[in-house]
Amino acid sequence: MGKGLLEIESLTREEIDAILARSKDFQPGPGQAFKRFDILKGRTVVNLFFEASTRTRTSFEIAAKRLGADTLSITASGSSVSKGESLVDTLNTLGAMRPDAIVMRHEASGAPHFLSRYLPIPIVNAGDGTHEHPTQALLDARTILDRRGTLEGLRIAIIGDIAHSRVARSNIFLLSKYGVQVVLCGPASLLPREMGQIAPGVSLTNNIEAAIRDVDVIMMLRVQLERQHEAAFPANEYFQFFGLRPEHLELAKPDVVVMHPGPINRGREISSEVADSQRSAILNQVENGIAVRMAVLERVLAG
Amino acid sequence: MSRLVVKNGRVVDPSQELDRIGDVAIEDGIIKELGKNIDATEAEAFDASGLVVAPGFIDIHVHLREPGFEHAETIETGSRAAAAGGFTSICCMPNTQPVNDKATVTSYIISQARQHAVVNVFPIGAITKNSAGEELAAIGSMKEAGIVAVSDDGKPVMNARVTRRAMEFARALDIPLIQHCEDLHLSAGGDMHEGLQSTRLGLRGIPRSAEDVMVARDLILAEATGVQYHVAHISSRHSVEMVAMAKQRRLKVTSEATPHHFVLSDADMRPYDSNYKMKPPLRERTDVEAVTKGLVDGVIDAIATDHAPHPGAEKMQEFERCPFGIIGLETSIGLALERLYHSGKIGLLPFVRLFTTNPARILSLSRGTLRPGSAADLTILGLDHEWIYDVNRSPSKSRNTPFNGYRFRGGPVATIVAGRIVWRAGA
Repeated sequence: MGKGLLEIESLTREEIDAILARSKDFQPGPGQAFKRFDILKGRTVVNLFFEASTRTRTSFEIAAKRLGADTLSITASGSSVSKGESLVDTLNTLGAMRPDAIVMRHEASGAPHFLSRYLPIPIVNAGDGTHEHPTQALLDARTILDRRGTLEGLRIAIIGDIAHSRVARSNIFLLSKYGVQVVLCGPASLLPREMGQIAPGVSLTNNIEAAIRDVDVIMMLRVQLERQHEAAFPANEYFQFFGLRPEHLELAKPDVVVMHPGPINRGREISSEVADSQRSAILNQVENGIAVRMAVLERVLAG
Repeated sequence: MSRLVVKNGRVVDPSQELDRIGDVAIEDGIIKELGKNIDATEAEAFDASGLVVAPGFIDIHVHLREPGFEHAETIETGSRAAAAGGFTSICCMPNTQPVNDKATVTSYIISQARQHAVVNVFPIGAITKNSAGEELAAIGSMKEAGIVAVSDDGKPVMNARVTRRAMEFARALDIPLIQHCEDLHLSAGGDMHEGLQSTRLGLRGIPRSAEDVMVARDLILAEATGVQYHVAHISSRHSVEMVAMAKQRRLKVTSEATPHHFVLSDADMRPYDSNYKMKPPLRERTDVEAVTKGLVDGVIDAIATDHAPHPGAEKMQEFERCPFGIIGLETSIGLALERLYHSGKIGLLPFVRLFTTNPARILSLSRGTLRPGSAADLTILGLDHEWIYDVNRSPSKSRNTPFNGYRFRGGPVATIVAGRIVWRAGA
């Protein structure tokens, strides 16, 4: 892994296996509380969020605390960032305070990659622009493994704004390494043809029924209207053509698992009935987020 | 009287279809004679044995940043970088502050260049006022002040009607119009070529069509108006095809390519490194091949660098926030030698033509020749001269290049402007 965790794309399957296996140790048993460890006692993890995010930031914070690390969270608003300090200067300043790792979210793709060339401190990417969100893909994989036991041979649909989704990219890179057949689905303007070539085993469709047929897992993506700088699709038609509704589930495998990285927009990309159904693994994803991030932090900091 | 004799070089001058060993005698900044065993007593002698002696190389697309952005480059520092890159003449784009859209700015640039530049500087004026794409700039008086072409480089003229009027005006004034072809609606928000790599990296793309659409529009308008039209930094394989078609139709159309567009593709880019960020963006392997072929076939007439200095702080940012452009004056000849000459794609005469006769013809400059009576601008090349580019030793004020540390076979070894040696390798 080298230092930090910047992306899934360059990880080997063995490295991913190790994180997924270790995260199992951090999952609580049924009905049990999370266990606390002192593996990272005396270490400091800085959460630096240039983009608002309650769930990912909280998840990383809890993960670090459960491992005994000290954590400090900084959000862009109210910090020196909003006073025009450059990213390099902000990170150099933080670096001089010698934290053991920086967990970073940034609205620019590649921002953590750029910084890691100048900063000796390991950086964990908590989402960079429209590039990757590696811990999300790891927690998604953990969630699928909990229900299916294996990733190999599965057929998984990812539906929504693929073009702008870092969750989609990280999941595609990860799932492809395990030979999963990944079907991407979305409006043509949000589904670049090149997506079909970014990893082996990826196919594209603009038809949600075709995407869902016989799949083991459906991953819905959040429709990020705030990221639409242009009318890439008629917004009021989205749910009609790409929203996930109960009748769609009949096309999938009977025990299909429905996932969503959250926060969900009920009635926009997913109906309430589906989100709250037995097939929905959305809350398991949140729970697994902590276990997987514990495994990642341990791996990054133990080195 | 000052006298310089460049001895025993391989004199290569496409303007005279000349390629033979001999001497070049210079007197008071003018080429006196070409010949063998020219008497060098009472003259400074330059031993060019084993070297190529060519007419001074010309770069018709350079940003010197003065006036207005002297922290990035000045006419002096840019001209020194040009000399160090083997160029004796450079043409500077008008996107300064203020924009070179009137004769006073043109005159200022020319006067600064006379005082501070070590190479010839030919300004290019704006097409529209402030390069805003709306009202025509004072092209006539700028021409009288010394501009050699008009261009709104970096800010293409989006309005087809304004473009048409500008072409009519330029044709009447007998001045070429250079367009940076980019449909700004199609490229909006993009940071690199739109394709597999941009999709992988999650960066917003600039589609090939952004260039093609404007090249197509302009070629149609160029035919309708009869203007002398030049496509700046051509990068798309489709645009190369369209220019080839226009040439077959005998339009007065020319084009240039930058070294980075025939050397690098988007797949060669170091991820999120802004030293690979420019407009047009690095495109795909097939485009690189088409541009290279265009240079070989003569569809592309000249090599120009689009030397675009930006200070370190501006390039040390998140990729999407960094400005576009890289410096290129010092690496141009080396890259071109490697990719075109040493690779066996073209011979030495056509190679030199891309840097001399052709650019001089495009902009009607009385340069690019060693005919007796011409200005004594010479570029001396070592075809097998091995060197490594160290940008930290560059005379340019900026450091934004993807070629730092690049190992070259062949490059300039001396630059002579008006009979004066203004740069020597290792000196």
